[in-house]
Amino acid sequence: MSIQVKFFASLRESLGQSETTVEQASTVTEVWDLATQSATPPNNLLVAVNLDYANMQSQVKDGDEVAFFPPVTGG
Amino acid sequence: MATHILDEDFQPYQWLSEFSQQMPAGRDGAAASFIGTMRDYNDDATVRTMTLEHYPAMTQRYLEQLEKQAKTDWPLNDCLIVHRVGEVFPGEAIVLIGCWSAHRRAALDACNWLIEELKYKAPFWKKEQNPSGERWVESNTDGL
Repeated sequence: MSIQVKFFASLRESLGQSETTVEQASTVTEVWDLATQSATPPNNLLVAVNLDYANMQSQVKDGDEVAFFPPVTGG
Repeated sequence: MATHILDEDFQPYQWLSEFSQQMPAGRDGAAASFIGTMRDYNDDATVRTMTLEHYPAMTQRYLEQLEKQAKTDWPLNDCLIVHRVGEVFPGEAIVLIGCWSAHRRAALDACNWLIEELKYKAPFWKKEQNPSGERWVESNTDGL
């Protein structure tokens, strides 16, 4: 099993990594804990699974891409 | 419908002109557009440049979803979204939204909805470079 994990913007800088891989996880929370060594997630953390918004309780499976990022500020 | 994410400066009025010239003459009775440009200040601080980061695959997909949703919710004949990424300088355009419809209400309301949805949900992030260093923009202004 392999799940690709990405971090963006200020979260990428504060964690010091842009992407990693997690081998075993069934929820986004488990992905976060494994990818960040159980860092405390920011209150305003956003998450996407396979390019769609998700939440920390969302299920993940082999081959998924999970992205974590801060509030967006485009436009 | 068209969605473009550009990594270099673009001329929004030229884009509007060229895009609308491809449309059938006489079809649209209304066109509404929004153009967002970079200011040289934010929160009373001077801003020299700004870097726009995005999540390429998700951003493209999300903007396309917004266009589809707008065409479902309003009787739009056409729609255009253009957004910058990379290093942006004061005065340069950041975002362009155009909506075309038979009557004004659909174009105006869809354009307003698209920019608000884009600002609060499309995965872009701004980082400002100012004389004392750099900082991430933490949130958007509330529809002001």
